[in-house]
Amino acid sequence: MNLHEYQSKELFRAAGIPVPPGDVASSVEEAVSAAARFSYPVVVKAQVLIGGRGKAGGVKVVRTPEELKREAGRIIGMDIRGLKVHRVLITPSADIDREYYAGMVLDRKNETPLLMVSPAGGIDIEEVARTSPEKILRIPIDLRGLPAYRARAAARFLDKSPAIQKQIVPILIRLARVYRDQDASLAEINPLVVTKAGEVLALDAKIVLDDNALDRHPDLASWRDLTAEDPGEVEARERGLSYVKLDGSIGCVVNGAGLAMATMDLIQYHGGRPANFLDIGGSSNPEKVESAMNILTGDSRVRAVLFNIFGGITRCDDVARGLLTALDRLNVRIPIVIRLTGTNEKEARELLGKKGIMALSDMDEAVRAVIARAAEAA
Amino acid sequence: MSVLIGRNTRVVVQGITGRDGSFHTRGMLDYGTKVVAGVTPGKGGERVHSVPVFDSVQDAVSKTGANCSVIYVPAALAQDAVYEATDAGVPLVVCISEGIPVRDMVEVSAYLQGRPTRLVGPNCPGLISPGQSKVGIMPGSIVKPGKVGVVSRSGTLTYEVVWQLTRAGLGQSTCIGIGGDPIVGTRFADMLALYEQDPATSAIVLIGEIGGSDEEDAALLIRRSISKPVVAFVAGQTAPPGKRMGHAGAIVSGGSGTAQEKMARFQEAGIPVAKTPSEIPGLIAAALRTKRKSKLTLLRSKRKAKPKRRVAPSGRKPRTKTKRAARAKTVRRRGR
Repeated sequence: MNLHEYQSKELFRAAGIPVPPGDVASSVEEAVSAAARFSYPVVVKAQVLIGGRGKAGGVKVVRTPEELKREAGRIIGMDIRGLKVHRVLITPSADIDREYYAGMVLDRKNETPLLMVSPAGGIDIEEVARTSPEKILRIPIDLRGLPAYRARAAARFLDKSPAIQKQIVPILIRLARVYRDQDASLAEINPLVVTKAGEVLALDAKIVLDDNALDRHPDLASWRDLTAEDPGEVEARERGLSYVKLDGSIGCVVNGAGLAMATMDLIQYHGGRPANFLDIGGSSNPEKVESAMNILTGDSRVRAVLFNIFGGITRCDDVARGLLTALDRLNVRIPIVIRLTGTNEKEARELLGKKGIMALSDMDEAVRAVIARAAEAA
Repeated sequence: MSVLIGRNTRVVVQGITGRDGSFHTRGMLDYGTKVVAGVTPGKGGERVHSVPVFDSVQDAVSKTGANCSVIYVPAALAQDAVYEATDAGVPLVVCISEGIPVRDMVEVSAYLQGRPTRLVGPNCPGLISPGQSKVGIMPGSIVKPGKVGVVSRSGTLTYEVVWQLTRAGLGQSTCIGIGGDPIVGTRFADMLALYEQDPATSAIVLIGEIGGSDEEDAALLIRRSISKPVVAFVAGQTAPPGKRMGHAGAIVSGGSGTAQEKMARFQEAGIPVAKTPSEIPGLIAAALRTKRKSKLTLLRSKRKAKPKRRVAPSGRKPRTKTKRAARAKTVRRRGR
């Protein structure tokens, strides 16, 4: 679960990491009254759960209330890479002298959390890793957390001034602590700035929480902003399905994540474009099939749907019955191709054939068929 | 022979009285697995499918000689279950449970360092040595005894590939799903080393997916120290960056962990990469043919004393047995 910048800053603030003051606004009026608390210039920052908002024009420094009204009005409601902006963060503009990077991530290879710091702040850390890897210091975090002496080494790597280093050390230790305590999979300060007044601040903040750990953080789970996500993905999560929207025309419903990815790839391989990733899990439950079809038919780009089911523990004929029940309840107008294989596949095909539904056993054949059907329907 | 599990595997089921634990205990028994015990705290003395239930893994191990544990407990209890099995000295722990927080696995990983227990999973379907034993939830009906080792990060995609192998007449030595989480106990590299040393395995299918760098590490290892033919497949070429594709570990982050990158690493290592799952049986059959042919040719050329006519197998240099043995020795286990 991705947190907004303002939410991430709230967690940082609570942990004792210095962040600039700020207020969230969801209308121009709110933005104006929020800005009244600070002195101009202030920054209007779009709160969206996707990167690249700066480049998309979602961050603007404004010098007057008039300018603020204009920019807040423009940013609230704008579309950034497919997501609508519902809120902006109003925060005083900082007098930046130098910018650094500090982030906690999971090092999958070494199976430990990892602190990364870089004097090249304000830009994408992956970009730094590619172009000048020597500018990144990596410190693996073991069960002790981040010992102060290692935080001091990281601070020395970032800044020459002992007075600044002294401010950076506790920030890094607290960053590592927030990452651990909140079960984050990413906790990032980019940039970590030194102001002209010699103050160190987390100017931007990004926290991604581990979905598997949300049960231990009910307070944070309730921070989920449903308006900032794709509605199909929200519905899928509520129904216990795993769904990711893409921009193609071939919908697919698959049991199992790996097989779902392989199915998407195969659609592309045979010249089609997948509309989604959707894993309905291992059950033959008609409700799940129904929810899946509802989500897919809610996407106007979907021209045809492919079901790709591997019957292992669940038997194909059970899955077929579930499908028939669900399809009976739904009024589906787009072509459906069903592919079933594994345990009891013959019985399943007969069941579906009786209802006039094409059921195939070969994955490539089914993918070609659904692409052909989609082309006819277009 | 097989890898990790075989006829002598004696299984204790942690969480045997739960819905999943009980259901899959039935499945394992039906397949012929020696399920000797179950564990559910507070339910010691009960029986599930006539398997005796104990209060602790320690109890179960000392009374039944179990040497493998399979875990079906809810995610929130899984870390403790792994600790319990490890502390009871169980050499192989297979964790099926899905949804375990990463922090719990970071701690488990640190605890297992230097201890003799091998963990498989979590968030995995387990493993099966066809005709001998199955530990986990893989369907027994789709496998067939043979000499192909299958290792995968996925569940149903593994079944799909195994089923296609079986239908093409290519049986398996051991099939394993290592799990879809960012941190798993056994990785591709560990399994490749085990298959390399297993006399019953002649070829290996590796099914990877987006996220992390396990496939890249595997490609490096294969190039350095695996002599048996490997065929790779990587799922997720169409996955958008920054989105989790079902599995917690299946995510392209910061432009790394893409399918394209992984496929390129395999190709650079001289490993055939299947473009679709249905290409896998053909590639494996070809690899096995080439191998057999090279052996036959070697024999024939020895007899006729005409080494000039020796046909080199495509892509791989013929290796002498001593060299291969030496290479196998360089395969290092990850300190587990």
